[in-house]
Amino acid sequence: MGCGVTKSNQFHKNSGKAIKSAILIQRWYRQYVARTEMRRKYTWHIFQSIEYSGEQAQIKLYNFLGYLMDNFTPTSNERNLISHIFRDNEVCKDAEWERFFCYKKIEVPEIYSGPHLTFPLTVEQAVGLVEAFRNKKQQLHSRYVLQLLLETLKQIRMLPNINRIATCQSKEITICGDLHGQLEDLLLIFYKNDMPSMEKPYVFNGDFVDRGNDSIEILLILFSFMLVYPSDVHLNRGNHEDHIVNLRYGFTKEVLTKYKMHGKRILKLLQEIFSWLPLATVIDQKVLVLHGGISDTTDLSVLARVDRHSYVSALRPPKKRNQVSAASSVDVETEEDVSSHNKLSQRRTSLTYPKPLVREIFQNRSLQDFSGLIKVNTVDDVELHSRRPSFSIQEINRPENETTQAESVTSENSNEEWKQILDLLWSDPMNQDGCVPNEVRGGGCYWGPDVTEDFLNKHNLQLIIRSHECKQDGYEFCHNRKVLTLFSASNYYDVGSNRGAYVKLGPDLVPYLIQYQASSMIRELTVRQSVGRTERSALKVLREQLFAHKSDLVCAFKMFDSKNTGYVSVHDWATAVESVMHLGLPWRMLYSQLVTSKTSDSMINYHEWFNDLAIKGTNTDHIDQSLLETLYRHRSTLETIFRMVDTDNSGFITIEDFRQTWKLLSVYLKMEITDDAISDLAVTIDRNQDGSIDIDEFMEAFRLTDKKSRLERGRSMFMGTATDLTKLEGDLNI
Amino acid sequence: MADSTQSAEAIVSDVHKKIKAAFEAFVYESNNSVDVREIGTIIYSLGCFPTQANLHNLIAEVEEDHTGYVHLDKFLPAMTRVLLEHKFPSIPEDLLLQAFEVLDKENKGYLEPEELTKYMTQEGEVFTQEEMDEMLTALADHEKNLVYYKDLISQLTIDPDI
Repeated sequence: MGCGVTKSNQFHKNSGKAIKSAILIQRWYRQYVARTEMRRKYTWHIFQSIEYSGEQAQIKLYNFLGYLMDNFTPTSNERNLISHIFRDNEVCKDAEWERFFCYKKIEVPEIYSGPHLTFPLTVEQAVGLVEAFRNKKQQLHSRYVLQLLLETLKQIRMLPNINRIATCQSKEITICGDLHGQLEDLLLIFYKNDMPSMEKPYVFNGDFVDRGNDSIEILLILFSFMLVYPSDVHLNRGNHEDHIVNLRYGFTKEVLTKYKMHGKRILKLLQEIFSWLPLATVIDQKVLVLHGGISDTTDLSVLARVDRHSYVSALRPPKKRNQVSAASSVDVETEEDVSSHNKLSQRRTSLTYPKPLVREIFQNRSLQDFSGLIKVNTVDDVELHSRRPSFSIQEINRPENETTQAESVTSENSNEEWKQILDLLWSDPMNQDGCVPNEVRGGGCYWGPDVTEDFLNKHNLQLIIRSHECKQDGYEFCHNRKVLTLFSASNYYDVGSNRGAYVKLGPDLVPYLIQYQASSMIRELTVRQSVGRTERSALKVLREQLFAHKSDLVCAFKMFDSKNTGYVSVHDWATAVESVMHLGLPWRMLYSQLVTSKTSDSMINYHEWFNDLAIKGTNTDHIDQSLLETLYRHRSTLETIFRMVDTDNSGFITIEDFRQTWKLLSVYLKMEITDDAISDLAVTIDRNQDGSIDIDEFMEAFRLTDKKSRLERGRSMFMGTATDLTKLEGDLNI
Repeated sequence: MADSTQSAEAIVSDVHKKIKAAFEAFVYESNNSVDVREIGTIIYSLGCFPTQANLHNLIAEVEEDHTGYVHLDKFLPAMTRVLLEHKFPSIPEDLLLQAFEVLDKENKGYLEPEELTKYMTQEGEVFTQEEMDEMLTALADHEKNLVYYKDLISQLTIDPDI
């Protein structure tokens, strides 16, 4: 530090050291980034696996119930229960509908400060609705909701199955993917891209509802703009525009919570509307926009002809003709169209009943496998059976003696059509060539680049835009950029998990993508923090799932621990866990996050591990351990069934229904549940012994609800309390 | 309490399993290959701290002739050697601290973004602007916009035991 040493000499002496230090820091930092990326990747994987296995469970359950309806002769008690569940069989003639949905008697009280709608709707009103939801966080009064929905239904019924639209002059069409009740994202899109108008046409590609907490608001906005600009706003149906799926994934609950008095009516009307939503949109005859995807049998000309309205839920095979309501017309002319469809007219199906209620059969069946049980005598049709002999949804069981020849042809057509619709709504692309059933989701297919190529050639198209899958960047190209996946719900799994995106197409049909990420929370979190949060969330969900499968896991571990030491190696642990959970996760990588107590030679004490994982609820000690596990594992299914059974949407079900539900479940889950065990459960929650059970309280008592879990609940932009909203709903006596 | 010494075979077998697990997290198709761009992440996630030069050399060794893919068959032996020979050891915390202290010439206990940027983007295996921006977002204290390296080192150094 003497004055003889110049600054540059000083630096020169140290620069070698500085460079070495820089390199070291760079090495260290790059390692950290890569590791963060790895964590983000497997966190994603966790959420996605659990999401899809949830969908699969939903379909399996519904499958099972459907089978019961069609084949099982339950006792009168059970039959009541099951028909409750399938109340979509209610038939309403047009006149009855008018009366049922009449909004005119619903009075709007003076204290209501939200928007008042008059019809025909103007653009100012549509914009006003957006503002009301955004700024003042108001809810639209049920009178206007019903009115708006009725107008929507009138309009939407007139639309074709496939909308054909064009970019003209310099108009760009904006296409949005899944929104899933995340109003913030829709508002962000409108902010960045302007609201729909004649100069700003939009296509919304399905899955507007479920999971997020503002699904109804999104629908109201989309429907409003569709009414104002019928040629410029187009909606495609998604797999979540389905009342069965809504029961599980939150939309039903949202509507019933926000509209306590008229929610049921609103839902019924929405059920109609969903079934009338168009299936796909084609832009400039070159770009196909649909929600899920295609399969190797997808045929746009068939899709253009189907009676889309008869598929109220894509999860159920189409209704038999004699059951179909007058309000939904089955087009008799389709029989003629069908005869030109040569493959089908040659078919004769003869069906035999499987053994009644063979339990094992249902345990792992997806929608496709369901039909594989049934023996069929058919004229061999090479084309249709080209993939797998057992794969054909034609052979859905129908009681033979009730089916006339004509009807069996019709029901075959219906089943072929049903498959077309199911594929359209549920399929996912894969990298390998070919087309296989989508067993992960339980519906639709996985289709490969060769199928895309053939399909595009056959229909003279150049691009498929679809949604249905969450992507980290909001979008992803595949199949040589011939398929574009578009997802518009940012932070879908958790804050920071992914961006959303929308695409603009001009006359050149070159996709121009815009990404975004909603939530003011994001900006305050560093990358490290947001990955950490999402990761913790994912791991928490995963731990619960593991705990819920304790019995099976212990069995699996014992297979690797023949000497019964209570220990397994890390590698064996990973193998055993995957064999039980079937989630396809990188368990070896996750091990250090999931197992906290390790021994020095990396052996895991699995009994101790379960103790660490254990979820303890209040008052659950007297409940049988395996029953408790069942509760945790199937909580969504449970809640879904409870809500189905709660037909007056009071939030309560009777003890008797409770008992019947458990009996049904015990068959489905292959479990023996004694009456005593059920009574124990009931007693835990029906403390005042009045014979009814509060569903929410029941779920809460066993700590089956997780207020922070994003997968089950979302954030709502509405700050009002439930009691505030109830006051506004008007007279009970309508 | 393990059986005498864990035999060399057992050690190698365990290493193989670790590598396969990390590799398979990035396999999307059925041909047991990963995109070459993911190799860096895989190597890092196995607890290694290679330099960019190290990485490039290793990738050159295992990539399938310009296909852009790396097959497990080639990756496994190369990576096994890396792990068994501890070729890219982790950086001890104290060494890292020293490195920061060298850059922090005035011994302030923190680095200003400009200081750090100068070194990271001009010396050694330089960062791109994007990497630099990300680093500052991740490491800099939001309010004061300074990099308090002492705290960061302990927070961000991870146990490499996978």
